[in-house]
Amino acid sequence: MGVHVIKLPDVGEGVAEAEFVELHVKPGDEVQADQTLADVMTDKATVEIPSPVAGTVKWIGPEIGETIAVGTEIFRLEVAGKGNAKDGDSAPAQDKPAADATAAAGDAEAVPEKDKTHTDGHHPSRMAPADKATETADPQPTPEQEAAPRPAQPERKVAKAGVNAQRPNGAVRQPGEKPLASPAVRKAAQDRGIDLRFVHGTGPAGRVTHDDLEAYAAGAAATPHEARAGAAPNTEIQEVKVIGLRRKIAQKMQAAKQRIPHASHVEEVDVTALEELRQHMNATRHDDQPKLTILPFLMRAIVKGVAEFPQVNARYDDDNELVQRYGAAHIGIATQTDNGLIVPVVRHAEANDLWTNASEVKRVSSAARDGTAKREELSGSTITITSLGAIGGIASTPVINHPEVAIIGVNKMVTRPMYNEQGQVVPRKLMNLSSSFDHRVVDGYDMAQFIQALKGYLEYPATLFMD
Amino acid sequence: MSDLTCKVLVLGGGPGGYIAGIRAGQLGLDTILVEGGRLGGCCLNVGCIPSKAFIHAANEYDLIKRYSEGSETGISTAAPSLALPKTVAWKDDIVTRLNTGVAGLLKKAKTRVVEGWGEMRDGKTCVVTTGDGETRIRAEHVIIATGSYSTELPDMPFDREKIISSTDMLSLSEVPKRLAVVGGGYIGLELGIAFRKMGAEVTIVEAMDRILPLYDRELTKPVMDRMANLKIKVMLEHFAKGLDKKGALRVEDKDGKASTIEADKVLVTVGRSPRTDGWGREELDLAMDGKFLKIDEKCRTSMRNVWAIGDVTGEPMLAHRAMAQGEMVAEIIAGENRSWDSRAIPAVCFTDPEVVSAGMSEAEAKGAGHEIVTAQFPYKANGRAMTMEDESGFVRIIARKDNHLVLGLQAVGGEVSELSAQFALALEMGARLEDIAGTIHAHPTKSEAVQEAAMKALGHALHI
Repeated sequence: MGVHVIKLPDVGEGVAEAEFVELHVKPGDEVQADQTLADVMTDKATVEIPSPVAGTVKWIGPEIGETIAVGTEIFRLEVAGKGNAKDGDSAPAQDKPAADATAAAGDAEAVPEKDKTHTDGHHPSRMAPADKATETADPQPTPEQEAAPRPAQPERKVAKAGVNAQRPNGAVRQPGEKPLASPAVRKAAQDRGIDLRFVHGTGPAGRVTHDDLEAYAAGAAATPHEARAGAAPNTEIQEVKVIGLRRKIAQKMQAAKQRIPHASHVEEVDVTALEELRQHMNATRHDDQPKLTILPFLMRAIVKGVAEFPQVNARYDDDNELVQRYGAAHIGIATQTDNGLIVPVVRHAEANDLWTNASEVKRVSSAARDGTAKREELSGSTITITSLGAIGGIASTPVINHPEVAIIGVNKMVTRPMYNEQGQVVPRKLMNLSSSFDHRVVDGYDMAQFIQALKGYLEYPATLFMD
Repeated sequence: MSDLTCKVLVLGGGPGGYIAGIRAGQLGLDTILVEGGRLGGCCLNVGCIPSKAFIHAANEYDLIKRYSEGSETGISTAAPSLALPKTVAWKDDIVTRLNTGVAGLLKKAKTRVVEGWGEMRDGKTCVVTTGDGETRIRAEHVIIATGSYSTELPDMPFDREKIISSTDMLSLSEVPKRLAVVGGGYIGLELGIAFRKMGAEVTIVEAMDRILPLYDRELTKPVMDRMANLKIKVMLEHFAKGLDKKGALRVEDKDGKASTIEADKVLVTVGRSPRTDGWGREELDLAMDGKFLKIDEKCRTSMRNVWAIGDVTGEPMLAHRAMAQGEMVAEIIAGENRSWDSRAIPAVCFTDPEVVSAGMSEAEAKGAGHEIVTAQFPYKANGRAMTMEDESGFVRIIARKDNHLVLGLQAVGGEVSELSAQFALALEMGARLEDIAGTIHAHPTKSEAVQEAAMKALGHALHI
């Protein structure tokens, strides 16, 4: 006969614990495989825990109403054959089922995951019937064995510690006994995430000293790559001070994300017609006219869109709870410079024609890049465009340029097979717009409508030029 | 209803709660502490501190009284008199100074204090009934530090007149002529001895077969001897059965034989119960560990970001345990990696003589499977004890036989409570007998007995 241990399985994605709500069996019951043993409730659903094997219920861990972590032992069944529990684990189930098994489960819960095998390994001596003779006769694990999960413990340390061949420093740590270390060493270990139970102590009575901790930390770093081929791991850490423009960007981004509840929206736009138009205009442009990118068209769409949805072309003074809706469309153009992100502004885009907007974008972004932009060219925008389209990316979640309330992101244009009205697959040029809005002052409904308006203008580019 | 938000809410301003509040504030966490009574909790207001004031006054009074009856020291004096209301006022003044001190420390740490009874609505919301209505506090983290209260006997509820708790005892306007103490734990004995010294006739009724059941018989014997000397009547294996019609305390021994004790006041000190009700626990989903809130080694409860510290979480119900937990939880919330790893929580008992214990007792060490050596050094052989007119008691040390690691230290004797620091430090630092024996202890002090005990365990005590 063996013992089959049932642990709380992973009952759902992202669920770390569940409440034990109903029990269908009691100790001593015979159960069949797949018979429901208990119900557990997560915040998502109630889940039945079936028995994976046939057997007799010997022990039930949690009580009704107890919240238990995934992986906690919940049942022990006595089964024909070997079972899945280690020999030591089965002992209490036969001798003193309730008390000892509870203690065992409690212990297993308390120790870190990586240590489980280690603790289990010691159960035999700990769980043996309280017979003094047996206990003392049991060979106690030496510290070397204790450190079994770390087989690569440098041997020299063991040798150094070997004051007493059988019992180095007389340091025989009982299972479950706390490692001996001063409070300062314990704190240092906790700070570094080191479990002292794995650290070999060379001090009096097997005490772990600061030096032991250092040696262990060095060993822990060295152990994994001794066995590894290839380059040594790069442990270098470069400290970069956040200063100047980077600090400004950091502050601005933090303020935007802390203050503004962002609502993001991604829409696919068919820009086939727009691209034809753009290529035609580029092919026939005068020499004094700049080459058109998609940006001036988008700016024009925004100018027309914000006329219908003035709530997105605004600055929100949230300290005074005042939204300023602008008649003008001062469009910020997020620009990558050598030092970082800068947002120069094309002022009064609503008063410019396509060519002027195109040259303005070029002018202000060059000025931002070479550091010659004037103050008013770097402030006062009412809505911003961020375009990562050239690099790639399906969608992005742009951060609003505080105190504005909307930012329109342009993703990479790609040619995709699409059905036309006749049901034929045709190549179309598609581009996503990923936009974020300040949900405090722009409702989701308006945001979707606004993006649909942009989509309409961009898919039927003739409408961009009609009043 | 006004609304407040914070990162950390501490429910309860006792020693655990206020330490958590100070530490959280120091670590820059936006913290609110909610307290329904006065800052400092039972410990500062009606427990540790005020009782020590009474014990001090009682000892001084007793000393002068003894001197007035003639003394070998050559001192003679007139018989002293005691105005208990003044003693109470002096004690109240100390408490108020400490209250103000705690408030100042919290303020310095930028922790806000909301005065009023707080009740949890859910794991993140507490509604506090304050003087100006209700305040709703929303917090990311909640630290439950609701403490404990004096346990009542079902047959003998506190009426605050005749049947009183330790709290009432510390505000009496006169020393009762006859005092019966139900419960021979440390609270009952501390107050019983103090009031005996102030002149009351004291009878102690204990259900078990010995006093101070948390300590072993050897350690409590000097206390028993002293009580006999003080003419305190101790009735072991007797059960209090309530008052009879004339107001006398009815008791029964283990064979059911009834008798009565005439008493003007009956002090009931049968332990303390965790305060698990009255603050909205039913609104939360907290697993219990018996009558206590269940916590793990990081003081986490079964709810995420709901923490619990102090008496409400289990034994030993001691202020310094709560304080250490409070500090730890604040640091964990601030992102530090901490867990409970203390080897010893020392316990002191301000009886006459005092009792102190840290680490394992002999029985506990044997129970844990250790082969041990143990040694006692008596204060009879200590010069300093002789010069202080108190030679009672001893220091005891318990160590492993194989590597001499010190597992436990206990002492009983005059003013030995101050040895608690040395005991705890020795255990935390992992001292062996040789470490203590090899540490020079100043002469003449009562601490020499600790070194001598270690030497004796090693087989070479010098002064015995």
